[in-house]
Amino acid sequence: MKIIATDRQGKVHQLEGREHWSVMEILRDAGLDVAAECGGACACGTCHVYVTDGWYDKLPEPSESEIDMLDMALAVQPGTSRLSCQITCSTETDGIKVTVAPE
Amino acid sequence: MTAAPIETDVAIIGAGPIGLFAVFELGLLDLKCHLVDILDRPGGQCTELYPEKPIYDIPALPIVTGQQLVNQLMEQIKPFNPQFHFSEMATSLEKLADGRWKLKTDAGTEITAHVVVIAAGAGSFQPKRPPVPGIEHFENAGDGIGVHYAVRKMETFRGKDILIAGGGDSALDWVINLAPLAKSLTLVHHRDGFRAAQHSVNQMRELEKEGKVKFHVASVKAVHGEPGKLSGVTLTGADKSEWRHEADAFLPFFGLTIKLGPIAEFGINLHENLIPVDTARFESQAPGIFAIGDINTYTGKLKLILSGFHEAALMSQAAFHIARPNEKLRFQYTTSSSNLQKKLGVS
Repeated sequence: MKIIATDRQGKVHQLEGREHWSVMEILRDAGLDVAAECGGACACGTCHVYVTDGWYDKLPEPSESEIDMLDMALAVQPGTSRLSCQITCSTETDGIKVTVAPE
Repeated sequence: MTAAPIETDVAIIGAGPIGLFAVFELGLLDLKCHLVDILDRPGGQCTELYPEKPIYDIPALPIVTGQQLVNQLMEQIKPFNPQFHFSEMATSLEKLADGRWKLKTDAGTEITAHVVVIAAGAGSFQPKRPPVPGIEHFENAGDGIGVHYAVRKMETFRGKDILIAGGGDSALDWVINLAPLAKSLTLVHHRDGFRAAQHSVNQMRELEKEGKVKFHVASVKAVHGEPGKLSGVTLTGADKSEWRHEADAFLPFFGLTIKLGPIAEFGINLHENLIPVDTARFESQAPGIFAIGDINTYTGKLKLILSGFHEAALMSQAAFHIARPNEKLRFQYTTSSSNLQKKLGVS
């Protein structure tokens, strides 16, 4: 399963997702400069990404705690902003397009 | 303002769980500690990021929250009477002629110590700066004008046109507190909903009804004015429309993020923002400066609280030999040593 990720410099990376891993973990391990300060606990807002190209609507709705945490993220764009630690890789997310948000 | 210089055995940078446990291990060896932390309370990431979240991998504690863990550590180290310097950032480290180190903070505190322990996690918590081009030119512009990430004196904002951004407790609290003194107060947030406590949201809505606060679902796209003198911002609404908004002061409240900070300028060898250490002493390449917890790196390093506890214990043995070169280290167990039990105040 693929993740098409654009980094902060605008470079596009084709990454291999892993079932049940979060998109944050894949981005972080690929060195895409995702701080993910809290380590994936939905507690810091520093793994913020924009989910683009229609993929936002294909994902399960963000939880109440993710919506709350996005209030502490920078440059949030309603309708595309998600915390990548809360998106789980699966066959349904194969080909998902994300852009790492500015910090 | 410079306070009287402090002399102690060990200066610890960072009062997170590892810095706190280091006090215990050093204390058993009769080494006294002063701790410096940029936050206003102990606990570091545990209390700043996830005070209510459960931690499951602390040995013998099947479940403990970040706040509980820190509370327990504070109780455990109480017999050693550590001295805390909260809301201070460690800014420089200097080697003295007698071999000791002098640590200075941004509040003017000076601590002279035989040993420095860097237990700073990923660095220091600093306010999140919105990614708006040129915003830095309006920071530290003066009382009540320009960009501020905290309110020190409310009175300085009297009679000003104030713009606040954010949806958390800080944003809403300052809307409520500053609205009565502001000439005008506008709140912008990316959605018509708030993470802040419900009663604060209710109060804000009340002020909005009374016309004392304006609220827009919008975000700040650009800042305008001469460097040091903010004149206004460009806002982008939910429908992507853009408009100019006049403001003397812009207060973004998006919480804190971690930056390495002045540690980078201490003259210690760094590898990808981490301090390489050996695994017998957890000492950096500068003798007498140790690094424990998430800030260090070595082959096989795992960023776990339990690893940091282990590192604190071994570091303390090495620190003893530096601070007490003429004394013999007596290794004892707390279960059997009446001497240690006396230090702990239990016998």
